[in-house]
Amino acid sequence: MEKLQEPKKYMNPYLAGFLLGLTMIAAFYFSGRGLGASGAIKSSVTAIVSAVAPEHANNSEFYSSYKGEGSSPLNSWLVFEMIGFIFGALISGYIGGRIKKDIVKPPKVKVNTRMIMALIGGIVAGIGATLGRGCTSGAGLTGMSNLSVAGFISFMAMFGGAFMFSFFLRKYWINR
Amino acid sequence: MGPLIQQGIINPEWNSIIAFVIGISFGFILEQAGFSTARKIVGVFYGYDMTVLRVFLTAVVTASIGLLYFNYLGWIDLDLIYINPTFIWSAIVGGVLVGLGMIVGGYCPGTSFAAAAIGKIDGIVFIGGLFIGVFFYGETYNWLFKDLHEAGNLGAITMYNLLGISSGALEFFFILFAILLFWMTIVITKKFSNKLLKY
Repeated sequence: MEKLQEPKKYMNPYLAGFLLGLTMIAAFYFSGRGLGASGAIKSSVTAIVSAVAPEHANNSEFYSSYKGEGSSPLNSWLVFEMIGFIFGALISGYIGGRIKKDIVKPPKVKVNTRMIMALIGGIVAGIGATLGRGCTSGAGLTGMSNLSVAGFISFMAMFGGAFMFSFFLRKYWINR
Repeated sequence: MGPLIQQGIINPEWNSIIAFVIGISFGFILEQAGFSTARKIVGVFYGYDMTVLRVFLTAVVTASIGLLYFNYLGWIDLDLIYINPTFIWSAIVGGVLVGLGMIVGGYCPGTSFAAAAIGKIDGIVFIGGLFIGVFFYGETYNWLFKDLHEAGNLGAITMYNLLGISSGALEFFFILFAILLFWMTIVITKKFSNKLLKY
């Protein structure tokens, strides 16, 4: 019976890339802007800080820049896009039979270690995506699609950086 | 003629709905391609799975050709689209930090949402980290990051502006560069596939 629940295979990477490219073109054609992910987190953090400490948020140069005009910081293109993103990933996961409570980790790594690594990775990536004006999606993918210099620098820094540090983490991921 | 919102052809009130629909497509494709597991993301850097790089480059080639073609046909005015501004130092340092976060945590911001959506706890924890990271950045911005954030501003410059060539010529060289990288992914996969580097 196990066989029936086996997840379906992933999409061909070149087909997925082509469809992702078309999605990017649609974003530019309709809204004049590309895809992104970390921008939604910046808006959410700004919204939380504004709700908890409105004075503090108003006085901060950083949060003010994400507040937008008048309405809530959550009323932003990237926030709506990321809500759609979660739905899209859910639909795909459902079709592929991959929705399951799970922790992705190398076999010999303890759950707690994996959780701490995921948390630290998130913190570092969060700082990096804010400093670098976007993550792999917004700065890399979108930035290269419109052929901006920033996009090419970001792509090389992100993939080059990860490749550079992968050497030090080889014992963790592939155990050698 | 696009972009439809900027040109006033579609009422701006529709922008959030468009964003939502485009997001569905974005999330669906990333999950379908397997970006919802750290295994795939990390695979690129240890040579056992080149999916991420292949999807990424195919998407960029498709989108950049498409945008130039739409512009050529007069379907989109490239002067009205958002071009990412180039701040050299923050792009380099920020990019390297995103890369470090990616290899430590196994995700980047977008892919962690794909992972979280299908129930991966490590993806949810990574997102928690992202919130902490952005909050830390916001709180320390004035005295820690501001100078670096604003340094080396070249404005919203494109590669063809920078090199002083036509956008078509730049695209041609970019496609050659992409083909070289595709070829590299094939060579690397062949080299590592029999070496039991997978986990």
